Amino acid sequence: MDTQTLIYLFVGVTFALYIGIALWTRAGSTGEYYVAGKGVHPVLNGMATGADWMSAASFISMAGIISFVGLDGGVYLMGWTGGYVLLAMCLAPYLRKFGKFTVPEFVGERYYSQTARVVAVICVIFISFTYVAGQMRGVGIVFSRYLEVDINTGVVIGMAIVFFYSVLGGMKGITYTQVAQYCVMIFAYMIPAIFISMMLTGNPIPQLGFGGTLDGTDTYLLDKLNGLSTELGFNTYTDGTKSTIDVFFITMALMVGTAGLPHVIVRFFTTPTVRDARKSAGYALLFIAILYTTAPAVAAFARTNLLTSIPNVSYAEVPSWFKTWEKAGLIAWQDKNQDGVIQYTAGAPFEGAPTFAKDAGVNGERAVTNAPTANGNELYIDRDIMVLANPEIANLPGWVIALIAAGGLAAALSTAAGLLLVISTSISHDLLKSNLMPNISEKNELLAARIAAGVAVVIAGLFGIYPPAFVAQVVAFAFGLAAASFFPAIVMGIFSKTMNREGAVAGMIVGLVFTFTYIVYFKFINPAAGADQWWFGISPEGIGTLGMIFNFVVSVVVAKLTSAPPAHIQDLVESIRIPRGAGGAVAH
Amino acid sequence: MSIHKQDVPAAYWKENLSLMLKLLAIWFVVSFGCGILFVDALNNIQFFGYPLGFWFSQQGSIYAFVGLIFFYVWKMNQLDRKYDVHEE
Repeated sequence: MDTQTLIYLFVGVTFALYIGIALWTRAGSTGEYYVAGKGVHPVLNGMATGADWMSAASFISMAGIISFVGLDGGVYLMGWTGGYVLLAMCLAPYLRKFGKFTVPEFVGERYYSQTARVVAVICVIFISFTYVAGQMRGVGIVFSRYLEVDINTGVVIGMAIVFFYSVLGGMKGITYTQVAQYCVMIFAYMIPAIFISMMLTGNPIPQLGFGGTLDGTDTYLLDKLNGLSTELGFNTYTDGTKSTIDVFFITMALMVGTAGLPHVIVRFFTTPTVRDARKSAGYALLFIAILYTTAPAVAAFARTNLLTSIPNVSYAEVPSWFKTWEKAGLIAWQDKNQDGVIQYTAGAPFEGAPTFAKDAGVNGERAVTNAPTANGNELYIDRDIMVLANPEIANLPGWVIALIAAGGLAAALSTAAGLLLVISTSISHDLLKSNLMPNISEKNELLAARIAAGVAVVIAGLFGIYPPAFVAQVVAFAFGLAAASFFPAIVMGIFSKTMNREGAVAGMIVGLVFTFTYIVYFKFINPAAGADQWWFGISPEGIGTLGMIFNFVVSVVVAKLTSAPPAHIQDLVESIRIPRGAGGAVAH
Repeated sequence: MSIHKQDVPAAYWKENLSLMLKLLAIWFVVSFGCGILFVDALNNIQFFGYPLGFWFSQQGSIYAFVGLIFFYVWKMNQLDRKYDVHEE
């Protein structure tokens, strides 16, 4: 079978599997729809959390980003895993003991305030839509690259699939499809990584090959890579270029943001016991760590491959994958000095993303019409190809390429479904049931949740088809806002008996407004303002950490000045600290 | 030694906090310490094929995180039983 047929086959089979699981796990009650009836085994919940957490960005883009920045890539590796330690120790067991359905529900009850609950709902919706827009776009891109359908058609197909299993199955359907998606995703990621590790270092385990010697020599892979990098005018791979304070703040914002993201937190509401919620956080991180410790190895392998096979090679002699991805528009070469040889060094080769001319250049390359920059670099490489082109670089068979396509879709769909569920439950449960229509029957609440999920799918799809120009810019928002709003409010709600309504609401508002303003100012209002104008040298990506600190400080000060929470709230805090007595889904 | 009924939650909570703070200290040292603040100094030390600081940033800290959570799970299960607050 040719590769194209295999891709259709793999994607078709995995989609059929997801739909089959959704039919098998239909949700019949709000408890099943919101939290899968609190009956998910911790290992399965760990896998589902892994799939929920690892998005198209983790699967497709992360290794590529690390590949281009070396040591500084640790920001993402540590930032997107370290939050699980906070989740396991500071949030998950207590929120599971609390035993309700949503994050705004906890905020609202602990702070005995509908205002707090509504602020939380707004944050949930904003954070989740920001995130889901990127996922739908990711689905479209995978479709257009591998299945040769138009991006918009791809988005519509993705929407239809997600609509089907999230609306029908709710949390229960999503959980079990995510388990399947995790397996597809991790298999698709590991197979090419193992082959490339074998090819370069002779060691089948990428994590070991990463620190090993190149096959048949005594030279360590990383030493070779550092040598190649400096020789060509790049920074040493194992040294950083970002300032220490910025790296510190970004990593902290990503970690705390992870622990504050509602679609991640809500996964720990689904386990049968408090003990399982803790264990489940461990399994979740274990399953995530398999991909996250492989990604930097893939990054270093791909970088080494690239730097040995492309620079100073004449265009006529480049490997075939180079031309494949040049055709796809992800690689572009502008022969600035007209010697027919590819010069690759630090700096952008030309202004912006490549726009291709109709006619081929003198060497047969796809000529670009962009204005060249003054530096000597002639090569444009999209970061995504570090994962996407790996199977071809390693000469792997067609089914591996098909697997990557199915894996990329699994990563994007699983995250999108988790986010859509959070949006739908905050609307049906936190807005309708608790605020606007308290007398709504369970059946109608479930219907409302399904309608909300359906509407959210359509809005997310529209974001995917007509991506607002700011989508790429706003990832910082999701993490920064989660770090500056939810995390402090929840942590203080558990660890402080004296934290009251006034303190928590004031803290959340200060954290949110500060973080929001800083990001909007430096990303949109005055993007020209460079690093020299950042507060203490902290980039917008890392400012959530400062927002979190402000939130904590303001909350504590305001709580000191206002009256203590009522006795029944202090009893509630006492009770969530003790595991015994966590029942099944609370009917209400 | 018998534990008085009303002291149980307070003592349990105190021991839980002390365990949590110790583990979070390790969490901080392996990531923010070894992987960020002291990364340049540690990079002068070779660890197999890795500069040590780079290893902490891209591999070691993640392994440590996984270990920390499972250790916490194990200790907390013991603690729950010790204070008789575990679930049936």
